[in-house]
Amino acid sequence: MTEPLSFELSRPAVTPPRLPDADLPGPAPADVLPPEMLRSRPPDLPRLSEPEIMRHYSRLASLNYSISENFYPLGSCTMKYNPVLNEQAAALPGFAGLHPYQDEDTIQGALELMWRLERALCAVVGVERVTLQPAAGAHGEWTALRMIAAYHDSRQENRTEVLVPDSAHGTNPASAALSGFKVVEVKSGSDGRISLADLESKLSRQTAALMLTNPNTLGLFEREILDIAEMVHATGAMLYYDGANLNAFMGICRPGDMGFDAVHMNLHKTFTTPHGGGGPGAGPVGVKAELVPFLPAPTVERQNGHLTLDYKRPQSIGRVRSFYGNFGMLVRAYTYILAMGGDGLSQASRDAVLSANYLRNLVEADLEMPHKGPCMHEFVASAHNLTSANGVRALDIAKALLDRQFYAPTVYFPLVVPEAIMVEPTETESKATLDSFAAAIKEIVAQAKTDPEVLHAEPRSTPVGRLDEVAAARKINAYLVGQAEDPILRWKAPSDTA
Amino acid sequence: MAERRYTKTHEWVTLDGKQATIGITDFAQSQLGDVVFLELPAVGRKLGERESFGVIESVKAASDLYSPVAGKIAAVNEKLAQKPELVNSDPYGDGWILRIDLAGELPSDLLDETEYKKVAEASAH
Repeated sequence: MTEPLSFELSRPAVTPPRLPDADLPGPAPADVLPPEMLRSRPPDLPRLSEPEIMRHYSRLASLNYSISENFYPLGSCTMKYNPVLNEQAAALPGFAGLHPYQDEDTIQGALELMWRLERALCAVVGVERVTLQPAAGAHGEWTALRMIAAYHDSRQENRTEVLVPDSAHGTNPASAALSGFKVVEVKSGSDGRISLADLESKLSRQTAALMLTNPNTLGLFEREILDIAEMVHATGAMLYYDGANLNAFMGICRPGDMGFDAVHMNLHKTFTTPHGGGGPGAGPVGVKAELVPFLPAPTVERQNGHLTLDYKRPQSIGRVRSFYGNFGMLVRAYTYILAMGGDGLSQASRDAVLSANYLRNLVEADLEMPHKGPCMHEFVASAHNLTSANGVRALDIAKALLDRQFYAPTVYFPLVVPEAIMVEPTETESKATLDSFAAAIKEIVAQAKTDPEVLHAEPRSTPVGRLDEVAAARKINAYLVGQAEDPILRWKAPSDTA
Repeated sequence: MAERRYTKTHEWVTLDGKQATIGITDFAQSQLGDVVFLELPAVGRKLGERESFGVIESVKAASDLYSPVAGKIAAVNEKLAQKPELVNSDPYGDGWILRIDLAGELPSDLLDETEYKKVAEASAH
């Protein structure tokens, strides 16, 4: 089933609903805009009656797949359930109806929430202060690297390199490159953990920071983290924590205690705010004392019970997000933290690790496990054997899972594992769900060995079947270099006849 | 055809007089999968040995390309802009990537076919 675009459904005869007049006076557009910026006729918006547009969006929603419907084992993304209570809190009129330009005295409640959330996050990751501004994980990485660069600058040190393990999330080298650093890769050892010998050989007075995820993307705890921190600090560099995998040990141990100087957290992963298209995200960054002067302005400060926004921070890297971050997400995350309590958060992490190990043991009989367990909150399997023996790739297994009503795990990441299948069940799944997922894997692997061709044609039950990803990527690239027609837009506006 | 030499990072090089032709190996293209895009440098640019000169992108991943030799870029395979799939279908022939006028000699640590096969086998596991 496919659904036309609202533009294609549009009927010119429909009178669109009139928007109410603005309740504040404003200038006429012609008084404030130059003539060439003014429209000569109304925009070509789709014209549909309310029931038509309501049905259009409801049909689109029914084509969607979400964590509210079924299991979403997308490795490294921590697709945990988003509690309804979070939504209730964020919808409170005192939060939802705020305007960012309101006077400070009228937003004390919102500032109080930000202040308390900052304290809670400081306690969870073991840092001095936290900025709530960054709007996503990668934005948090970039913000932290800007602070680290400002720190080295303030000491008149010219450090130009950022070290990144070969198993790192792709955002790590991207954030480092965007911040103007040269990216230097550090190799993993055969046990899947960072090689200390290789790290030693890459560290120098040029190193600004080492970016590390712990547990790493193979779901393995970096056991030598204290030695790593000592090595990094001995050269005068900083240790950065990519918080994508924080769900593995929240409330059990803390990156700050491991020696990390800057720590980012994804509220949309670890702290149950909506994720992906349901976002927006939030990627707060926590820092140790030596980086505090460089935090983005404004910070929230409490003086005699009154909360203020502090813009007077001479060494600050400046604002990294309009206003105060994605405030609605801050409300949801704080609600989750309060609802769970300290014990609840550590229980969530224990359950996430238990789920991952339970599932890993179930699928171990069917898929190769390149690294020795036990794992932390996620594990990485490989379809390598099936690829060489039966021509069935990780992609085929992912697509076949869609036909069995599961979202696909992350595939082809981390890059250090061939035909990788990365599974993160999270603590919110029941044993029954994990059992049925393992049963689906067993069925698919059995099919791969007897009738692999069937798998190449899956999925069959989804609104759109197997996509030709290669053709799609090549066509867009050809278009971008001016060698093909626009492959993206299928609907073209009628020519200007007004 | 001149003897093909290899690097541990899966590039190959052949030499014709003082001009080297480079590309990626058959093993590399099979690991990358269908190549969809290459970001390549301009003719005339000088490259150091092991210097990154571009990016190769497949449906699965994007990887840096490294020059096995030092020298000046004499030619870039223009066909790859429209037909990146040549890297998959003919990695040692029409899928060549750069021709480089050598600044000096070929590096001494390049691998021969037997040595490279061992490297490829080791990284397949």
